[in-house]
Amino acid sequence: MVPTNYYIILSAILFGLGVFAFIFKRNIITIFMSIELMLNAVNLAFVAFSQALGKLDGQVFVLFVIVVAAAEAVVGLGIIILIARNRQTLNVERVDLLKL
Amino acid sequence: MSEPLLVFFALAALAVIGAVSLILQKHPIHSALSLIVVMVALAGLFLLMGAEFVAAVQIIVYGGAIMVLFVFVIMLLNAGVEEHTSLSKMAGPPGLLLVAALAAFVAATIAKSGTGVQAAAQTGALSSTKGISEMVFKDFVYPFELTSFLILVAILGATVLAQREKS
Repeated sequence: MVPTNYYIILSAILFGLGVFAFIFKRNIITIFMSIELMLNAVNLAFVAFSQALGKLDGQVFVLFVIVVAAAEAVVGLGIIILIARNRQTLNVERVDLLKL
Repeated sequence: MSEPLLVFFALAALAVIGAVSLILQKHPIHSALSLIVVMVALAGLFLLMGAEFVAAVQIIVYGGAIMVLFVFVIMLLNAGVEEHTSLSKMAGPPGLLLVAALAAFVAATIAKSGTGVQAAAQTGALSSTKGISEMVFKDFVYPFELTSFLILVAILGATVLAQREKS
């Protein structure tokens, strides 16, 4: 049996990498993908705790997280298409309409 | 070293390599393919934990539907290599520092409270798919119905957002 701590540490590493990608990347699609990476890391922690405690609640929560992630991806990519159509760029630094 | 531990380390290395590759790749389509590697590795980890339904959903919904949507949008928008200004390159070191602090905080919290989780009985052999279906359709039936409404709203929103404005 793999210790639960290993899963949680892997989850923390993946979440950290997701946060770093979110900060560092400049392409709006890649930034969106890093959000998906963070959601995946959280799912891993959910399933690890579900297995450790011998309860299935965590796995049910993972299903809900996946549903919300799918809805978020659909709406977010719609917004990205709108931004690309209006601004002709995917670089987040060029999307500065709200900047003073 | 036992066999599950070997499988765990192989899949964990694959996931971390995929995540690092997502950061290092310059082209968004390469980043998307790296993310698919991460998701498949995580599905393998779910299988290792005995969560076979979640693993199947992970591959079908994440690796299949969501990532295909991403690749479609990348091709639709003809996304090229991302460009960094000198100011955005400066976000690297402070960001790395922030992430290191976050990971250290999480690790410290786990090290402090990890024994409680360790002590709980590890029952890998609970029939998860049947149990999940019973929970979803009994205990979580209202949230489950709400998610269908959420998906409906998301479909409508995406349709309204992405349609061309009438000329």
